[in-house]
Amino acid sequence: MAVDKTRNTHGTNRSMAPVISVANLSKTYASGFQALKGINLEIQDSEIFALLGPNGAGKTTLIGIICGIVNPSEGAVSVAGHDIIASYRAARSMIGLVPQELATDAFETVWATASFSRGLFGKKANPAHIEKVLKELSLWDKKDSKIITLSGGMKRRVMIAKALSHEPQILFLDEPTAGVDVELRKDMWEVVRALRASGVTIILTTHYIEEAEQMADRIGVINHGELILVEDKDELMRKLGRKQLTLNLHNRLAAIPPGLEGRGLELSADGSELVYTYDTRAQRTGITTLLKDLSAAGITFRDLNTTQSSLEDIFVNLVRQSK
Amino acid sequence: MNLYAIKAIYLFEMARTWRTLMQSIVSPVLSTSLYFVVFGAAIGSRIAEIDGVSYGAFIVPGLVMLSLLTQSIANASFGIYFPKFVGTIYELLSAPISPLEIVLGYVGAAATKSVILGLIILATAGLFVPLRIAHPFWMIAFLVLTATTFSLFGFIIGIWADGFEKLQVIPLLVITPLTFLGGSFYSVSMLPPFWQTVTMFNPVVYLMSGFRWSFYDIADVGVGVSLAMTLAFLASCLGIVWWIFRTGYRLKA
Ligand SMILES: Nc1ncnc2c1ncn2[C@@H]1O[C@H](COP(=O)(O)OP(=O)(O)OP(=O)(O)O)[C@@H](O)[C@H]1O
Ligand SMILES: [Mg+2]
Repeated sequence: MAVDKTRNTHGTNRSMAPVISVANLSKTYASGFQALKGINLEIQDSEIFALLGPNGAGKTTLIGIICGIVNPSEGAVSVAGHDIIASYRAARSMIGLVPQELATDAFETVWATASFSRGLFGKKANPAHIEKVLKELSLWDKKDSKIITLSGGMKRRVMIAKALSHEPQILFLDEPTAGVDVELRKDMWEVVRALRASGVTIILTTHYIEEAEQMADRIGVINHGELILVEDKDELMRKLGRKQLTLNLHNRLAAIPPGLEGRGLELSADGSELVYTYDTRAQRTGITTLLKDLSAAGITFRDLNTTQSSLEDIFVNLVRQSK
Repeated sequence: MNLYAIKAIYLFEMARTWRTLMQSIVSPVLSTSLYFVVFGAAIGSRIAEIDGVSYGAFIVPGLVMLSLLTQSIANASFGIYFPKFVGTIYELLSAPISPLEIVLGYVGAAATKSVILGLIILATAGLFVPLRIAHPFWMIAFLVLTATTFSLFGFIIGIWADGFEKLQVIPLLVITPLTFLGGSFYSVSMLPPFWQTVTMFNPVVYLMSGFRWSFYDIADVGVGVSLAMTLAFLASCLGIVWWIFRTGYRLKA
């Protein structure tokens, strides 16, 4: 498979050839602990893929294997058709990695460390590109500072700058916004979106579900080393999303009227609202019947609204089920 | 070949040298000067010439070799141990570079530093005793070969070490004794026959002998043997490094 076939300059119109393909990947650490169990995953070109999962699920292990830091026990990974072991040079030069742990050369300057990374990835020095990256990450005024003098959030951005210094086509961000303040997090999202728009594929892990909800095109959930779900984000929200219909009543109720119990109806504490929870996946949501029955019971309402459950709820449910 | 990567690592390591100039250059030079004051000037004047060379001059190759070995090991082991310790090794492991390129960068920088240091010590020695170098080409050759070999050895120690103590233990318990007992400060022929035989199992003897030969044309063993032993040690270190990268030993989980 040629590289250019899988590349696609228009971020919105994704081609179907996967840019990363993970086949039957397992990892057993020397301790005997199995951190990954037969993972199969395909990452599409120019998408933002969010990998979610509780602590210890295996997210960092998966990223580590793809990037060459952890040896796989079984299975294969290819990056734009290049096997990560047999053609490691071709595979790795496409990838930029921002690891979860902050690890920097304390006594180097920001400029020197970013330039070093570019060299390490086999690219000719290009001060203009380093300048652009540092400016985008609001690090330009710190370019001659030693890393040890920077704050934690700045160090995290230095690590992103290092990963971007060699113009990777694929960027791994392992909890990029951990310990980053709200404003900076928004800036980072902007940077990530701009990268995606320029054709970069992004795989990120995060514990902030709203981050995945806002950023991701697709979502994967991993738990106990197993990929329990991979889904288009919108699809996921629609398919798994539970909706709630809230009815603001004209007259307060003391209790759910007889004949209407056991249908997923709940009465608010003050009796002014009825909340109906239903599943959008179901063939029939039961709304029509409910409204008919309510009017038959003489219950009228002033207003109504529906809310959809967040990705967070979906996530918590999934992980609970897979336990 | 990823030449940019080799250059990046090499320059990074050399920059570290200049940052730590005090400990990497000044302190070995100082301790060597002390040796000259004590052994060369004070005690050495009471010791007879060895094979027609004054004692002060006789120990010059030994002192250079002593610094060369300890500094090569210290530089190279620290150079690769530190990224493991602080976690920046992730970048090295994820970069499109081959083991050979990593070794060229790290070991090349460590060896360069040792050779520079050796030459500085030699110049320092010249201030205390009259120097004579019979075979300048071979002097440089032995200097470079030894620096490279022991930088490789240090690189292996740096990968093997999982704590700062382990980083110190081999140089302290193995290299320093072997150097002192390897004919740095005396000619092997000065020993009783039994110890002469024992000494022949010390690899440093061969390095020492060849190096001293390049200065004064005197040797404990034939220069060909010295060269062969040095190359054999170099080859074994290369073999171990190759194995380390092939298996990911202590580098990858
Ligand atoms: N070097 C190692 N040796 C043994 N076990 C390990 C090693 N590294 C990770 N593990 C184990 O593998 C499992 C997965 O770890 P991993 O770091 O991939 O989780 P994660 O999903 O990234 O978690 P987090 O959200 O906390 O970052 C954990 O149970 C962890 O204890
Ligand atoms: Mg992790």
